[in-house]
Amino acid sequence: MTPLLDVRSLTRTYGGRIGCADVSFTLWPGEVLGIVGESGSGKSTLLNCLAGQLAPDSGQVIFDTRAEGPRDVLAMSESERRMLGRTDWAFVHQNPRDGLRMRVSAGGNVGERLMAVGARHYGDIRADAVDWLGRVEIHESRTDDRPAAFSGGMQQRLQIARNLVTGPRLVFMDEPTGGLDVSVQARLLDLIRGLVRRMGLSAIVVTHDLAVVRLLADRLMVMKDGHVIETGLTDQVLDDPQAAYTQLLVSSVLQV
Amino acid sequence: MWNLAPRRRNRGNDMTASDYNFAYLDEQTKRMIRRAILKGVAIPGYQVPFASREMPMPYGWGTGGVQVSAACLTPEDTLKVIDQGADDTTNAVSIRKFFEKTAGVAVTEKTAEATIIQTRHRIPETSLTEGQILVYQVPIPEPLRFLEPSEVETRKMHALQDYGLMHVKLYEDISRHGEIATAYAYPVKVEGRYVMDPSPIPKFDNPKLESAALQLFGAGREQRIYAVPPHTKVVSLDFEDYPFDPSKAPHPCALCGAEDTYLDEVITDDQGGRMFVCSDTDYCAGRREDAA
Repeated sequence: MTPLLDVRSLTRTYGGRIGCADVSFTLWPGEVLGIVGESGSGKSTLLNCLAGQLAPDSGQVIFDTRAEGPRDVLAMSESERRMLGRTDWAFVHQNPRDGLRMRVSAGGNVGERLMAVGARHYGDIRADAVDWLGRVEIHESRTDDRPAAFSGGMQQRLQIARNLVTGPRLVFMDEPTGGLDVSVQARLLDLIRGLVRRMGLSAIVVTHDLAVVRLLADRLMVMKDGHVIETGLTDQVLDDPQAAYTQLLVSSVLQV
Repeated sequence: MWNLAPRRRNRGNDMTASDYNFAYLDEQTKRMIRRAILKGVAIPGYQVPFASREMPMPYGWGTGGVQVSAACLTPEDTLKVIDQGADDTTNAVSIRKFFEKTAGVAVTEKTAEATIIQTRHRIPETSLTEGQILVYQVPIPEPLRFLEPSEVETRKMHALQDYGLMHVKLYEDISRHGEIATAYAYPVKVEGRYVMDPSPIPKFDNPKLESAALQLFGAGREQRIYAVPPHTKVVSLDFEDYPFDPSKAPHPCALCGAEDTYLDEVITDDQGGRMFVCSDTDYCAGRREDAA
């Protein structure tokens, strides 16, 4: 079996400061990888480098493409990378405003990726959009409303629908539950978990919320100061942390 | 460069003919604009940046069109200027006068007799022929502008043919109005490559973009020139189940009776009276002459 994503010694610096350094890992089909760490530990830098939104200084990101097998994403042309970005990849931003078009209706938001890959039949596009809105628990009657009229949780669910409509194989999530209240968070996590399992998606979830990775992630990577300091199965890392920083992180979670 | 001294008209003031280059623009500017035009013709639909000059008229009144016309004019040309189809509106009259004065070229109101036609927001009803040049005044050349505010990003989208967003706009039209409600500046794809804003012509005129004449587009404020060479394929964007429809008001012209022309609605009194007349004044007058 080929890994879906094979990352080899990825490094990105900002001048003299380190964004992330020498990060290597493999992601297998159907696997969810969590990346945790405190603010400024390089999580988002790493994610943006992987998703092609930031050019790393060195390293390789090898993705198992549908048509041509494993290829280095960083060596692809911009147009190939964009094509990947709207077919096989999806990116869920922390702030739904970054990932949505706020002046376009919910249906249009979901339909955008379909139209970007060549769908030209209004009825079909709309049917797909309504279907996907239903899957993320947004009622059909809201299809023509703009995201600005939605609550934060709904916007986040809309963003997920918009990303998953083309049936991607790899989803990048940057703090998908950030800024939501706990009950909405719980429902959103439930939804994401269901979708990931049902569609057999692979996902990389960046978060500082350990509860999120406990629920979603199969495997965990802990980052500090741009370096990966611990990796392992989620339960193993959370229940028996080895690195000093991971121990601190796990013990810092408030118990209610 | 032409020797044009004998053609100049001295209007009785102190200005002598040699004070001005032919057709207003200085030679360097003319060369720069002609290069931009040639590049535009070579890459149909591509927006070529050019160093737009200040013209003796405000932005929005056709500074781009005037620069393109001035760069194309030769002393043998016959110029026609229309504004919303009409030859006798302020904008058309002043631009025509401008070139009469600065270039001394012959002017006409007859579409068939003109070699260069500068237009604002219409394509003449009489079909154009090879050898004619149609110059459009363009306010906003970027078809993606209101969808994507960043110029860096829109250029990249053009480069990568990343045009899905254009259909999102049409999708929004249908979901909100039940049909593609974009009635002017209707986006087109030129020669299967670039998506282009045909300037704010009514979508009724879109089929006429596939023409035997050379079509040049000048946007002065936005500093862009683009072109559709003769016989280039121009396709209006649409959906399979909502095909492009070049609609018009369902009336005949009240003056000449034409049923296949684009009509202006004219309010005639404050009692709700109105009439629909051809927006192309030359075409309408010609039909009435023929009938008489």
